[in-house]
Amino acid sequence: MDRVMNFFASPAMKVVLLAAAILFPWVAGSEYQIYVMALAFVWAIAVYGLNIITGYCGQLNLAHGGFFAIGAYTVGLLTVDYGWAFWPAFIAAGVLGAFFGFLVGVVSLRLKEHYFAIFTLCVGFIIYLLIEKWEELTHGTLGVISIAPPEGFGLVDFTETIPFYYLVLFFLVLAIGLISRISRSLVGRTFLAIRISDDLAQSLGINLMRNKVLAFVLSTTYAGLAGALLAGVVRFIGPDLAEITHTFDVITYLLVGGIGTLMGPLVGTLLITWITQAVQSFEEYRMIVFGPLLVVLVIFMPKGIVGTFLTWRGRRLASKAPAKRAGSRVGDTADGDQREAG
Amino acid sequence: MDAFLQQALNGLTLGSIYGLVALGLTLVYGILHVPNFAHGALYMVGAYVSYFIMVEHGLNYWVAMLGAGLVVALLSVLCERLVFHPLRHAPPIHDKIAAIGILLFLEALVQMHWGADFRRMPTPYTEIFNFGGLTLPAQRLLIIVGAFSLMGALHLYLKKTMTGSTIIAMAQNREGAFLVGIDANRVAMMTFAIAGFLAAVGATLFAPINLVYPAMGHLVIMKAFVIIILGGMGSIPGAIVGGLIIGFAEALGGYYLSGTYKDLIAFVLLVAILSIKPTGLFTKGVR
Repeated sequence: MDRVMNFFASPAMKVVLLAAAILFPWVAGSEYQIYVMALAFVWAIAVYGLNIITGYCGQLNLAHGGFFAIGAYTVGLLTVDYGWAFWPAFIAAGVLGAFFGFLVGVVSLRLKEHYFAIFTLCVGFIIYLLIEKWEELTHGTLGVISIAPPEGFGLVDFTETIPFYYLVLFFLVLAIGLISRISRSLVGRTFLAIRISDDLAQSLGINLMRNKVLAFVLSTTYAGLAGALLAGVVRFIGPDLAEITHTFDVITYLLVGGIGTLMGPLVGTLLITWITQAVQSFEEYRMIVFGPLLVVLVIFMPKGIVGTFLTWRGRRLASKAPAKRAGSRVGDTADGDQREAG
Repeated sequence: MDAFLQQALNGLTLGSIYGLVALGLTLVYGILHVPNFAHGALYMVGAYVSYFIMVEHGLNYWVAMLGAGLVVALLSVLCERLVFHPLRHAPPIHDKIAAIGILLFLEALVQMHWGADFRRMPTPYTEIFNFGGLTLPAQRLLIIVGAFSLMGALHLYLKKTMTGSTIIAMAQNREGAFLVGIDANRVAMMTFAIAGFLAAVGATLFAPINLVYPAMGHLVIMKAFVIIILGGMGSIPGAIVGGLIIGFAEALGGYYLSGTYKDLIAFVLLVAILSIKPTGLFTKGVR
């Protein structure tokens, strides 16, 4: 039992996961399943973005879906209306995500807790209204159709499902790798300190504003790039992309997997996507189950699947070898422990 | 000038509905310090329940309003008991997420049961009054009179009765309220019941000049949040004044500036206010 547990938390697990992801197209029953998996990866990137500001830094951002839509619309409008190629538009989506994130962040992050959540809720709604009503720019409710796919420079054809799957997988691995580096770095620790207590962090000499804005900009850049990838794979977008339900979807994924953990966003997104797929008819009314699920999780299992696993494992290790734990294991369990404090 | 007065009148109608919804929100915030994102869903459920009572059971408008008020008050108390009470010691991010969960659930439930179509709620009051060039449909008059009488009643209840005073006491100082033996559970349940009742009555008043549909609560609740931030979270007069400010701004802005973007006005106002003064307009002290 313990060996299985240790394996789950070891670096080898990452290699196994990556191998499984690379082999997936060969195992998958149909092209549709590969497509669903690619979409899930795109959303997972967005969830990783939210995890930076909400999971690590502790600020509930309810405009995340809006930034996702900004990314998607950047690619959509630049390629369709202005004749840009996909890759420059993709970079522009990241830049615009960061730019708007910075603008919103500078204003909104002066607010704390509830004020911040409500403010971002309003920002999300402004983005939605603008996309829907500003017809000259965004085509309004008609949406943007026939968006350019990522060009493969004659080597690969990204309109095919399988090449696109690998492209998204590549970005997902990159996204997770970057977050993993950040969460272990001083910056990541700073975010955690801010989550635990603003005042405490400030008294340690942490510049609250600068770090919160940094976390926010990182998270909106992730959202923008994920949105851009979505535009590249679905190639049709409408204003409903900016609807608040997508932000709530992303929060559900994050919470189910484990808020503030490294693998949580991936676990949550994949799990919920495939459960939803398994009961297709149920997709329209998924919130009847997800709504109460959010409530139950928050009350009984606020750390999500990965967070609960890490805490449980940490406790077992601690009870087994109290002496050995002191130095080596702190890094792994710190996340779970700090969640309790935060 | 007539156009201005007409729009001001429309603003007063809007403002009194926003005020009613914001009052419930601010009361709950004052007691539990929870921004209840589910409040808009309660508003929506209120409209559907009265629609159901009126159209499908053919009962009187006032019976429907009372019925919706009671059902939603009960629902609101249930939310408090089942969700917010167990979460009272949790980090603040948790009850926000739980409130979102309730919101999603109620909306999906209503959509499954009644469908996503837009419905028009009938009203028994269809006359239109004329005051020297100003037109005032009876339903709008009913909204203004109804909303302000309810606010008056609430004021009397909070100031003149024992239970009302316990709510005020707890909003002012939690520990102090416990110290003099106020039962926190009872106060919390009472507050949620009042908030739910106000939301449902507001929805029943407003539905005949608007439409009934599952997402009808979204805009109203977000504007209510703008209002209570403007008026100071937890402040009762602030909610009423804030409601009127937003109502007027929207009616006048929609007329003089742009009809397409009138829903944006409230949010732009919020962004502007919070950019200049992060604590809200009427809040005392720093948060």
